[in-house]
Amino acid sequence: MAAHLVRRLLIAIPSRLGISLILFLILALAPGDPFGELATNPNVPPEVRMALRAKFGLDDPILVRYLRWLVALAQGDWGFSFASRIDVSTLILQRVPTTLLVIGSSQVLALGIAVPVGIYAAMRPYSLIDQVANTLAFVGFSLPTFFTGLLFILLFSIKLDWLPFVYNADVQASGWRWWWEHVRQAIMPVCVLGFFQAASYTRYVRSAVLDVARLDYVTTARAKGLSDRTVTLRHVARNALIPVVTLVALQMPAVFGGAIVTEQIFRVPGIGSLLINAMLANDTPVVMAVTFVFACLVVLFNLIADLLYGWLDPRISFG
Amino acid sequence: MDEVEIRALIGAVKDGRTSRRDFVRRMAAFGLAAPTAGMMLAHEGVAWAQSPLDAYKPTKAGGGGPLKILFWQAVTLLNPHFAVGTKDQAGSRIFYEPLAGWDAEGNLYPVLAAEIPTKENGGLAADGMSVTWKLKPNVKWHDGKPFTADDVVFNALYASDPKTAATTAGTYNYSKVAKVDDLTVKITFDKPTPFWSDPFVGTYGMIIPKHLFQDYVGDKSRDAPTNLKPVGTGPYRFVEFRPGDMLRAERNPDYHLPNRPHFDTLELKGGGDAVSAARAVMQTGEYDYAWNMQVEDDILKRLETGGRGRIQMTWGGNIEFFLLNATDPNVEVDGERASLKTKHFAFSDPAVRDAMNLIVERQQTQQFIYGRTAKATANVVNGPARFVSKNTKVEQNLAKAETLLEDAGWKKGSDGIRAKDGKRLKFVFQTSINAPRQKTQAIIKQAAQKIGIEMELNAVPASVFFSSDVANPDTYTKFFSDVEMYTTTMLQPDPGFFMLLFVSWEAATKENKWQGRNITRWQNQEYDDIYKAAQLELDPVKRASMFVRCNDLAVGNYCLPLLWRATANAIENRLVVPESGWDTILSMISDWYRPAA
Repeated sequence: MAAHLVRRLLIAIPSRLGISLILFLILALAPGDPFGELATNPNVPPEVRMALRAKFGLDDPILVRYLRWLVALAQGDWGFSFASRIDVSTLILQRVPTTLLVIGSSQVLALGIAVPVGIYAAMRPYSLIDQVANTLAFVGFSLPTFFTGLLFILLFSIKLDWLPFVYNADVQASGWRWWWEHVRQAIMPVCVLGFFQAASYTRYVRSAVLDVARLDYVTTARAKGLSDRTVTLRHVARNALIPVVTLVALQMPAVFGGAIVTEQIFRVPGIGSLLINAMLANDTPVVMAVTFVFACLVVLFNLIADLLYGWLDPRISFG
Repeated sequence: MDEVEIRALIGAVKDGRTSRRDFVRRMAAFGLAAPTAGMMLAHEGVAWAQSPLDAYKPTKAGGGGPLKILFWQAVTLLNPHFAVGTKDQAGSRIFYEPLAGWDAEGNLYPVLAAEIPTKENGGLAADGMSVTWKLKPNVKWHDGKPFTADDVVFNALYASDPKTAATTAGTYNYSKVAKVDDLTVKITFDKPTPFWSDPFVGTYGMIIPKHLFQDYVGDKSRDAPTNLKPVGTGPYRFVEFRPGDMLRAERNPDYHLPNRPHFDTLELKGGGDAVSAARAVMQTGEYDYAWNMQVEDDILKRLETGGRGRIQMTWGGNIEFFLLNATDPNVEVDGERASLKTKHFAFSDPAVRDAMNLIVERQQTQQFIYGRTAKATANVVNGPARFVSKNTKVEQNLAKAETLLEDAGWKKGSDGIRAKDGKRLKFVFQTSINAPRQKTQAIIKQAAQKIGIEMELNAVPASVFFSSDVANPDTYTKFFSDVEMYTTTMLQPDPGFFMLLFVSWEAATKENKWQGRNITRWQNQEYDDIYKAAQLELDPVKRASMFVRCNDLAVGNYCLPLLWRATANAIENRLVVPESGWDTILSMISDWYRPAA
């Protein structure tokens, strides 16, 4: 196990280097200029723009810039944002709590819906409840979040005037009011993301449970006279959820990475909106840092998912 | 309109026969920004208009509750010397103030200055080499330290240090600033400077405190803690800032203007898109003010019917125009496309240029695409009849365009496209991707088709089009097409910079990495001569008439103005928001208020 872990971590190093090089090259080759806005401003002489480019090292060859970035990263320096002129790490850390809160709760909501509904539907296949759950799941993951998001805003904010649609990460209130404000503004983004995830999770849970429910040991359990409840929860669900756990583990990077579209619609100041704004401003160091963190998380959680698999199902070994 | 006429008009303003506003409007008809007109009047001894701040009603500071502002482009930094775009300048303006600002009519009004320098009060040197500003006494920074001449002097040093990499460097590079006494500074220019009110005024003039920045000049500028926690003289004090998301401020109890500001707290939220920002103000009322509603006017009108908010237009110097390429983008000379050594195969013929001018549907474009958010620049040259300049034609007249082309020998071929000596009138027309621009392109293409000109439309992503990327052939400065369209900003109040657009030595070429300002690459001796003379002319009236002449030479030749565009802001119904298109968007934030119901 330990040897496997070490080997996997070592393998991850070149893959991360490769990822960072590709990201850097793509960003360097992409059109755009962080100081492009100055170009259309006749009040700023071209020399000023040139000086800025030189100061931020934009005129150096790509490989030199990449190596400089890599060396800095190795020393824990994530770079310096062109647009905000502060450290990228500060920018990212500011966004982490909101991202975890909003995306995290939406994942919890998604699982809270998907697991019971999926199990229930699978234990009674082709019943009315199963049909309804299936239909809703299909509708759920066919509707993109930008559509449901706008629909929610139109309905709950504009027509009914119940919920605010501008997310305010830092509510100026205390006590219950603070909680209430946070819940109120989080309802829509969390639901939009949660329902979307729930739809696809439900399908996974259902098919996993269906597979397990047909196995002989389940029949044996029933033959022993165990109650339906015990069979479902202790014998079926436990085994059926192994692939689901893996799936959720692989979804974790997305939790950190935020949900770009939803964050943009509801103005949630998460990492996703940081990324999109940095891209629009051609703020390469921020884009680089966010995408690289994201890539690392994918690699890391892949590893965790593999290890979890072995832990949940002892038949899999890492010899 | 020549010098004599302008002088007559100024005389009329002096003895009250013409209003100030009327004068400014007429000058604008000749491409002279309102601030230039204001300076002309001042030079001629017409006192500056009353300060726009006189309209403020509340009789005590505070008590206005929270003010909530929404910017769909979020503020990313709060040092005015680093500000890259309007959003950052606006964010900084909440805390930092200039010596003077520009009002909506282009007049100067004092902010941190005690008065506006004039010849009468001895502020302006007769030789145009210097200007002396008197500072307002008893102004305090938010941390209680006094604001003095040292702060003003420091800002010039800070911004002009190339290692600071300040975006305001252009404003401070050509002058020396010296302290006369604690409340007086003298700016000395390196040559006679007609436009003396650039340093320390308006958007690029915000002043940061010396005592907090003096250790962070040059290379260390990025480390200054105050970059993110501004300490200014403005109406609101800093509370909290999350770059790209949220800016919070509270009332400055020691503000130097009486009874201001009205609001107790200020919140500036960023992110999202323009349409939903408009909704948040005009439909749900979650916010009081949203900046820059780049949304089709139809949608804005529909949202306004909600009754919670309204749209307020701010007119500055944004002009949407067409440029015709003076060089040939299809020919390579010495490995350079659109080289200065070539002439455009069709636009070198004045008849084709005139025909192009005649097919532009300005009124329709304005009416059906931009609505209230733009005015057809028929105004630019189509002002009161006696001011219409002879060089320019702005009416849309397809029949006339056809005749022009026909007479010049461009005959229709079997495919319906006109040609002469084997050269077909087929043009590539490029612009950035932006819904109204693509609609305009389509209108022009249709009109062109009718008179036998084929247009190939090209829409380039804005991030490419406006970048200064030397490797990319599709940037607007390279202009490797026949026609292009974009908005130029005449934010700077003096036409001196703007008119560089057409001087020969600024032609954008491979040699200067296409950084030159003259994008059409049109070269004209007369224009150059007048421009050079104008830059040294101290008499604002003579100077103005020179720029009018320059304008006439360029407009309708290789530059076809289309629209004068406004910035549309969504405002909660009762909120009173004084704005100026010649200054930063929040420049009069001290005077925003909401009358009691």
